Amino acid sequence: MNVTKVLDAKGLACPMPIVKTKKAIAEIESGQVLEIHTTDKGAVKDLTAWTESTGHELLKHEDDNGVLKFWVKKG
Amino acid sequence: MANAMTAKEVTKKVFNNEELFVLDVRNESDFNDWKIEGKDFEYLNVPYFDLLDGVEPILDKIPADKELLVVCAKEGSSVMVADMLEEAGREASYLQGGMKTWSEHLEPVKVGDLKDGGEMYQFVRIGKGCLSYMIISNGEAAIVDATRMTEVFTDFAADKNADIKHVFDTHLHADHISGGRKIAEKTGASYWLPPKDAEEVTFEYKRLEDGNEVLIGSTKISIQAVYSPGHTIGSTSFVVDDQYLLSGDILFIDSIGRPDLAGKAGDWAGDLRETLYKRYKELSSELVVLPAHFMIIDELNEDGSVSEKLGTLFAENHGLNIEDEVGFRKLVSENLPPQPNSYQEIRETNMGKISPDEEKQREMEIGPNRCAVR
Repeated sequence: MNVTKVLDAKGLACPMPIVKTKKAIAEIESGQVLEIHTTDKGAVKDLTAWTESTGHELLKHEDDNGVLKFWVKKG
Repeated sequence: MANAMTAKEVTKKVFNNEELFVLDVRNESDFNDWKIEGKDFEYLNVPYFDLLDGVEPILDKIPADKELLVVCAKEGSSVMVADMLEEAGREASYLQGGMKTWSEHLEPVKVGDLKDGGEMYQFVRIGKGCLSYMIISNGEAAIVDATRMTEVFTDFAADKNADIKHVFDTHLHADHISGGRKIAEKTGASYWLPPKDAEEVTFEYKRLEDGNEVLIGSTKISIQAVYSPGHTIGSTSFVVDDQYLLSGDILFIDSIGRPDLAGKAGDWAGDLRETLYKRYKELSSELVVLPAHFMIIDELNEDGSVSEKLGTLFAENHGLNIEDEVGFRKLVSENLPPQPNSYQEIRETNMGKISPDEEKQREMEIGPNRCAVR
């Protein structure tokens, strides 16, 4: 996967992972991919719902030893 | 800056039927699954991530003349949104500790006095609907169906200068993690479990069996075990001081227990009917029923306690008034509500088979309890 930008939001509590994601996605172009790392478990449901409500696409997410990784394609 | 409102303060509002406007900023599915319940509470659910650009779009949906509480999972997002509302000229509080704290809050309510001057307390876990009990008499205490917030119980007993002597679970719980074993380990009390529910447990316990009688305090408050299978095969009720019937998850105020959480709805439906329609029928109708759960806020009495006379329940509880056995079996084994979140893992934790850390335990318990059928 071609990742344009990586956002490190590890150790941050809700709402910061989404606040930072929103900022980071504003800095890339439509069709480009943002990779997000977070340790906030609530992010799974919240990022899924957030991408749905904003028209971005959550390509996939995985749990890498406690670090949750997300790949979001800008809509 | 917005003010914090504690879970205790919100509980008071629930007990007193006060009005409150709850702006829940969790995602939609979490809100639909489980929320703060109050008789005169109004709700608006808008996820915090839809409000990052400002709260203007929702201002006209929030009445200006009602107290406003912003709620989220752990607090962080509700602080942010409440501050934004304050900046927009609205007074707003946030729920301290979020739904995580709400789920764990216990409110002790005195149910009544015992004949020798002892007392019966009910611990209302308002966010999850779990009810625990403490019987205190002459410097000794017994606890029934304790939740995992064990310090609330040990501190309360210490406050009352009572030594915890006996800890009971009416059955192996599937909806919440029991604090019984931990309290017993900490205080040296005996931990009692019905052996039929405890076949797979990994720890020592005292066998709680029909007819067991335990005395609390020097003037002998008796706790009499009544075998009452149905919710689980081992489910046991207690008659305390000839006044109270602690019914566990067998009989609730406005509903009855479900027999399916250990996977045996068909087998146990008959036991449940036998318990409710025969064994309970033989008990005094003057006994005050104290269940292990409430399901809806309407089941709370004016002081926040949950109790009703057995005779009244035989007259009014739908689950006790189904003449036809087939109809009864249908009610308790078909169209059941979804099973509690993580109920298998919760059962394994209560058997001592797995030992998840505190954060994991918290996560397993998130959500409403679903032990009843109406």
